[in-house]
Amino acid sequence: MGDRPVMPRTAPSATSVRAASVDIYAPQWRNFIFVAPFLFFFTTLLLVPLLWGMWLSFHKADTFSSGNFVGLGNYIRLFHDKEFLQSVWNTFYFVLLTVPTLALIGLFLALCLNRRTRTAAVLRTLFFSSSVLSVTIVTLIWRIVFIPNVGLLSTIYGWFGSTAPAFISDPSLAMIGIAIATVWWCIGLPMMLFLSALQQIPQDIYEAAALDNANRWQTLRSITLPSIKRTFILVVIVQIVLQFQLFGQAWLMTRGGPNNLTKPIVLYIYDTAFRRWDLGMGAAASEILFILILIAAMAQYLVTRNKADRT
Amino acid sequence: MTADIEIRNVSKHFGAMTVLDDLSLSIKAREFIVFLGPSGCGKSTLLRMIAGLETVDSGEIAINNERIDHLPPGRRGIAMVFQSYALYPHMSVRDNMAFGLDNIGMSREVTDARINEAARILEMAHLLERKPGQLSGGQRQRVAIGRAIVKEPKAFLFDEPLSNLDAALRTRTRIELAQLHQRLQSTMIFVTHDQVEAMTLADRIVVMNNRRIEQIGPPMEIYERPATKFVAGFVGAPAMNFVEATLDRSSRNATVRFADGVSVQTEIASNQMTDGKYTFGIRSEDVRIVPAGQGNADGMVDVLERLGERTLIYTRLGNGQQIVGSDVGNSRVAVGHKVGLAFDGQKSHLFSETGRAWHAKEV
Repeated sequence: MGDRPVMPRTAPSATSVRAASVDIYAPQWRNFIFVAPFLFFFTTLLLVPLLWGMWLSFHKADTFSSGNFVGLGNYIRLFHDKEFLQSVWNTFYFVLLTVPTLALIGLFLALCLNRRTRTAAVLRTLFFSSSVLSVTIVTLIWRIVFIPNVGLLSTIYGWFGSTAPAFISDPSLAMIGIAIATVWWCIGLPMMLFLSALQQIPQDIYEAAALDNANRWQTLRSITLPSIKRTFILVVIVQIVLQFQLFGQAWLMTRGGPNNLTKPIVLYIYDTAFRRWDLGMGAAASEILFILILIAAMAQYLVTRNKADRT
Repeated sequence: MTADIEIRNVSKHFGAMTVLDDLSLSIKAREFIVFLGPSGCGKSTLLRMIAGLETVDSGEIAINNERIDHLPPGRRGIAMVFQSYALYPHMSVRDNMAFGLDNIGMSREVTDARINEAARILEMAHLLERKPGQLSGGQRQRVAIGRAIVKEPKAFLFDEPLSNLDAALRTRTRIELAQLHQRLQSTMIFVTHDQVEAMTLADRIVVMNNRRIEQIGPPMEIYERPATKFVAGFVGAPAMNFVEATLDRSSRNATVRFADGVSVQTEIASNQMTDGKYTFGIRSEDVRIVPAGQGNADGMVDVLERLGERTLIYTRLGNGQQIVGSDVGNSRVAVGHKVGLAFDGQKSHLFSETGRAWHAKEV
């Protein structure tokens, strides 16, 4: 707020004296009332649980008592737990499978559907419609697709006389199966974000490019993609944050199996804290997840920002 | 490089709406042509059709006798400067200018040489590494012109390029554009609704209105011998005075009578004219302010506009008809005065009901 307009100084008269006494930029403490409701919920529902979680992760705690301070004990136990390390790897693998796919397919769909035809409008709605379903319905649909022998996939493969890959039971395919269901479920948001970004690009830039002899590929590479770079970063960060929190699909489709190969960190947290009642260790695992998401999002942001500065 | 452009019987429709109706126009090589007209008259559409940004529904457009209306924009050998400049925001000024040349596989040396030459002409060498976001409106304008120059096009198209600049910069850029035209000797087509831009820049003005061309001619011809009442009213500020009048053809030159009995002897030959209703037209500078009773009519002064070198005097005749006259800069006329108005018969115009214009013979 460096450059406030300067009030013109006029000769003192009845009106100007009154006007000068009111500084519209002076802090008004009653304005606090307007942000108070938000601050209340922000503090009680976000800040307190966050700090409480951190506090818990340094204690040996169950549901009935918040036990003794154990320092980094919970974290040390975590890093010696093969199941936890497996779940961290599983989560990374899942993020690696879904985030680039979501970003690229979302971009592709947006580029295809960014036109004012009725077909495009119908298809946009169709591709977005999966996003409104709950995770229960989504996993149910995909279980029906993947179910051996009678599922949709098996039926289609059956027409060609071959056997469908066992996406739910095969250890090497189970996570890919979950990733497919997730991409199908989540594709609406990236597509819509890319669409809105594409529609922000001024039409006359494309006209200038047409006069500059740019073909479709040159236009895409030199005009469209650079123009939506920020949205691409946003989509990737949002998806990293979302997909690191994989829980529902894995829980409902495979229960973390086979052999814990699809067990993500959140499922591990749930198991540890609410099935084994080791709240301290569950809290510690949550903090690790929090830090992982933070690092992944920050790294993505920093890498793309540095690149953007150089060009 | 330069080119003549031939537009033959071109029409354009958007849905049920006709935007251009059977329009023909020849533009000579090296000519600076201005399309002038009110908003929605189709002038920008015509320019965009030449550029290839709009399709031609019927008719044809040829450059140097080669039909181009079926070619994509990039293959027509023309360059365009947009109203919004349309610079590529993520590219440096240099890359903005190089983009078109890179796309046709021009060698680095030629590209660099052309960019440096354009930067020298437009005095913007220090801006080459900046992004458009770091430039002022005037600088962006230069870059947009530079991007057009490096392509060495057969013709330059300008779509209201000065309308986003402030008044001082607009005047300066206008002069620079005129100099640029003299230097490059290229065909240029410039679209504007600003008559000052049209008058100062054009070799010939194409006045457009309501899907059609009203008149094509050099600026002074458009100003002094407007072909229609629309042109007479649109070009010139303040607008030409118009008074409903009846025609007396008894003498060699036409005499007109206003409703309140005022009569004006014009120098317009009456032998070609027919009887009927006419509109008498005269520009404010051709209405001299004289003492009351000594002119063709007397008027009460409503408003004074002092422009410095002259004063515009807005008067009202007995029947309420407004006439704007012109007096010297330090005119002593005041609001409420009764003054005489002397109409210059040589500079009078008559417009028939169909809009056709009659002028005095040129002297």
